[in-house]
Amino acid sequence: METKLKKVDIIFEDDKTISPIGILEKTIKRSADEIILDLIDSGLKGRGGAGFPTGLKWKFTRNEDSEVKYVICNADEGEPGTFKDREILDRVPEKIFTGMAICGYVIGAKEGYIYIRGEYNFLLKSIQAKLDKFNNEMKQKHIDFTIYLKSGSGAYVCGEESALFESMEGKRGEPRNKPPYPTVAGYNNKPTVINNVETLVYTTMICHMGPEKFKALGTTDSRGSKVFSVSGDTPIPGIYELELGMPLNKFVEEFGDGDAKAIQVGGASGHCVPRKKFNDTIIGFEGIPTGGSMMIFNSSRSMYNVLHDYLEFFTEESCGQCTPCRVGCQQLLKGIEAVKRGERSPSYLDDLKKLTNTMKIAAKCGLGQSVGNPFNSIVDNFREEIIY
Amino acid sequence: MNKYLVNLKVNNMPVSVEEGTTILDAAKKLNLRIPTLCNHPDLSVAGNCRVCVVEIKGARLLAASCATPVSEGMEVFTNSEKVRIARKHIVELLLSEHNADCTKCFKNGNCELQDLASEYRIGDHVFLDLVKPAHKIQDISSPSIVKDDSKCIRCQRCVRTCHELQGISALAVTNKGDHQKISTFLNKPLNDVVCSACGQCINRCPTGALTERNYIEEVWKAIYDPTKFVVVQTAPATRVALGEDLGLPPGERVTGHMVSALKKLGFNKVLDTDFTADLTIMEEGTELLTRLKRALVDKDETAILPMMTSCSPGWIKFQEHMYPELLNNLSTCKSPQQMFGALAKTYYAEKINIKAQDMVVVSIMPCVAKKFECERSEMRDSGYQDVDYVLTTRELAMMIKQAGIDFGKIEEEHYDSILGESTGAAVIFGATGGVMEAALRTAYEIVTGREVPFTNLNIQPVRGMDGIKEASIKIKNVKPEWSFLEGVDLNVAIAHGLANARQLMEKVKSGEANYHFIEIMGCPGGCLGGGGQPIPTSPEIRKKRAEAIYSEDAGMPLRKSHENPEVIEVYSKFLGEPLGHKSHDLLHTHYKPRKRY
Repeated sequence: METKLKKVDIIFEDDKTISPIGILEKTIKRSADEIILDLIDSGLKGRGGAGFPTGLKWKFTRNEDSEVKYVICNADEGEPGTFKDREILDRVPEKIFTGMAICGYVIGAKEGYIYIRGEYNFLLKSIQAKLDKFNNEMKQKHIDFTIYLKSGSGAYVCGEESALFESMEGKRGEPRNKPPYPTVAGYNNKPTVINNVETLVYTTMICHMGPEKFKALGTTDSRGSKVFSVSGDTPIPGIYELELGMPLNKFVEEFGDGDAKAIQVGGASGHCVPRKKFNDTIIGFEGIPTGGSMMIFNSSRSMYNVLHDYLEFFTEESCGQCTPCRVGCQQLLKGIEAVKRGERSPSYLDDLKKLTNTMKIAAKCGLGQSVGNPFNSIVDNFREEIIY
Repeated sequence: MNKYLVNLKVNNMPVSVEEGTTILDAAKKLNLRIPTLCNHPDLSVAGNCRVCVVEIKGARLLAASCATPVSEGMEVFTNSEKVRIARKHIVELLLSEHNADCTKCFKNGNCELQDLASEYRIGDHVFLDLVKPAHKIQDISSPSIVKDDSKCIRCQRCVRTCHELQGISALAVTNKGDHQKISTFLNKPLNDVVCSACGQCINRCPTGALTERNYIEEVWKAIYDPTKFVVVQTAPATRVALGEDLGLPPGERVTGHMVSALKKLGFNKVLDTDFTADLTIMEEGTELLTRLKRALVDKDETAILPMMTSCSPGWIKFQEHMYPELLNNLSTCKSPQQMFGALAKTYYAEKINIKAQDMVVVSIMPCVAKKFECERSEMRDSGYQDVDYVLTTRELAMMIKQAGIDFGKIEEEHYDSILGESTGAAVIFGATGGVMEAALRTAYEIVTGREVPFTNLNIQPVRGMDGIKEASIKIKNVKPEWSFLEGVDLNVAIAHGLANARQLMEKVKSGEANYHFIEIMGCPGGCLGGGGQPIPTSPEIRKKRAEAIYSEDAGMPLRKSHENPEVIEVYSKFLGEPLGHKSHDLLHTHYKPRKRY
């Protein structure tokens, strides 16, 4: 028991001595290449879950030859169990705006959009007021960048970046074929940087404090810290900024209720870690990555019900476009029901596991590709709960 | 711009293709077939069925070969273990939500999903049956199209067809996840939405989810009924496509065989819609010249230009929904099918001494909108429904098979007379630009007394597969009675496929266009690409059918509608003159605005 979890205060840090717009002014005095180098050096990876190196994303987009480019903040926080972006949007939106404006400066974009999930519409009024002020300040300081808000309509799949572009363009929110990737053809088929809310705040803060301080946190593969949404069977649910690379047992010690039997890391599309694996599970890109969701289940919970809920969710939220996801999700859901009712033998679960592998490699987007994560980790670790 | 060549390997075989080529097409170059379902040569890439996935060395995910461009040094495997397992899973998944009652399906034997299931020997279903009982209720509201959601595999080919080729979007994707389906505005029945009934969706549906409303049994019943005198008419484009459904390659002309087969099926008389196509030219050509005179000489504001053709019932329905303000631009001529029906149950019935109520008129059409057209309330000028049943080219092929006729071996026969004689001008009605060409051949000669100034009467500028064609013909040395046309440049335009038609209509509406005459065909390529033609369809297949049409024309002894002796006779003995009183009663019609929703 030598270490405690290292709690960090970067995202919500309330330092009165420096304003976000001040960070912006200071940063854009540097060259775009220097900023990119700092970001690459910091090791910052996307905080939405996929973990693409942010500096590289900006670099690729900067290298594209196009009059028009866009910066988009993905605030379609739809992963079950994730609620950290809501808090960031509510408490420190200026740090998001700053990150977007810095990105605009770096890649050569004049417009930014924040795509906010429909369920967060209650935040729109306050964000818009702060945004108007920020846009005005940028105008006064002759920074040629404007940020707009766009509201989603509640489809989970619209958090997938290309479906998000489709939605923004007024079309049905369905993922696109890749390539081309957003850095080449994103919103309106123009080169686009799309970053998660939290990622953009970290870019702001890295530009402010320098990459060293950020790099000092975390591990080689998972630099820095991250905001976690802790929920489930915990006496202290909420959001916490923690250093990456922590062992799961430490996390459970801090947040569990003493009876945790499993943690769902990364939301419904993430992995379920059973108690026996707490000791050797690292939260980070080298272990189990997460967009922030940490759901704790104690021994009173039925893992069949947990999995059933997730599968119902995916069955409903699949856009329905591609076969592996649309039909696969339904087969997984109906499949565990059939096994539970004894209409299919327990070995049918193995057929379904093979199906999740097809979904993982053949579905069109991350939604269908990741349904196997909860399915396999729950079926493998709690098989008897699924069957009996 | 020159494109770079990209070198890659597919199944260890090297191949070089232009940059931007898809893996699917690169494999084709090596004669490797990768199965597809959502892909179609007429449509944009969707990449949603995932049947065409392939493995790329070093990639975590399989790639949809239809949607993934090649890159230098890429190593692709189209049949690796990973690929085979995934592909089989995908076919099994599609079958699990598909009402695989193949023996009862109208598309049995011509179904891309069935082919795949057979290819992969999908035996016992691994997965659970997901077909929703509600989806088994077919939408039979349309007289043209039957929609069966229980057969739908959500490839969205119909949606893309309706949007991209036809510019209508009567069909669209609704809901998501397990509730996703292809539906109409507010889930209304097809007959209550903006559907043009063109049936292009049917031509591109890989399964039996979209089929024509079929009338085969009704027609057999009429044939077997001794109290009925059943006459059949065949549209121009059927004769260059029917063979495809009977084992012949695209582009084969089968006119004589088709006539022979129809006689063997038991039709009392086998007649030709080409006859009324010639008649249409007389009526429509005269209407155009009359409109031009009223507009240019009499300054009559009710003479509306440009005049637009009215042969294509899908186009007519489209116009009634989308551009009701332009209905007066449409020629009042009925389509050749309906002119035929009206004449058959009057002039012809009288001639052969059969009571109209005992006559059944059947049409063989490349079209499903014709099924809608024959049921229009305006189409009863004989006192009865002028045309009783419309069969598609595909339905005729089925009847020929059912009757055990060996299509390739039967002797060719001639159409019966009368109402069986036609000219080359009539047969080209089957191709986009054909009505225009036929009309020009006749109108130019009426006005100038000379043949159109094109080699062998082939008016090349109005031919071909460009979506919109424009041409201008200077009229010189006219006969005295047409002096007002001296030196006039007759401006014409032609569009096929309703998305192209829409573009032309926007030009007309904005006043930007100065056309005198516009030909529109609802389907890509004209009737030869109609919604009732053999499946599959593609630009190459349509090109071959078009070549067959023009060679049929070139081989006809008569090439101009006004020289058709039976047409001359019907005017002298029955109709009087084009646009005369009787013509007006039997051969012309009117249109009505329809709601968009």
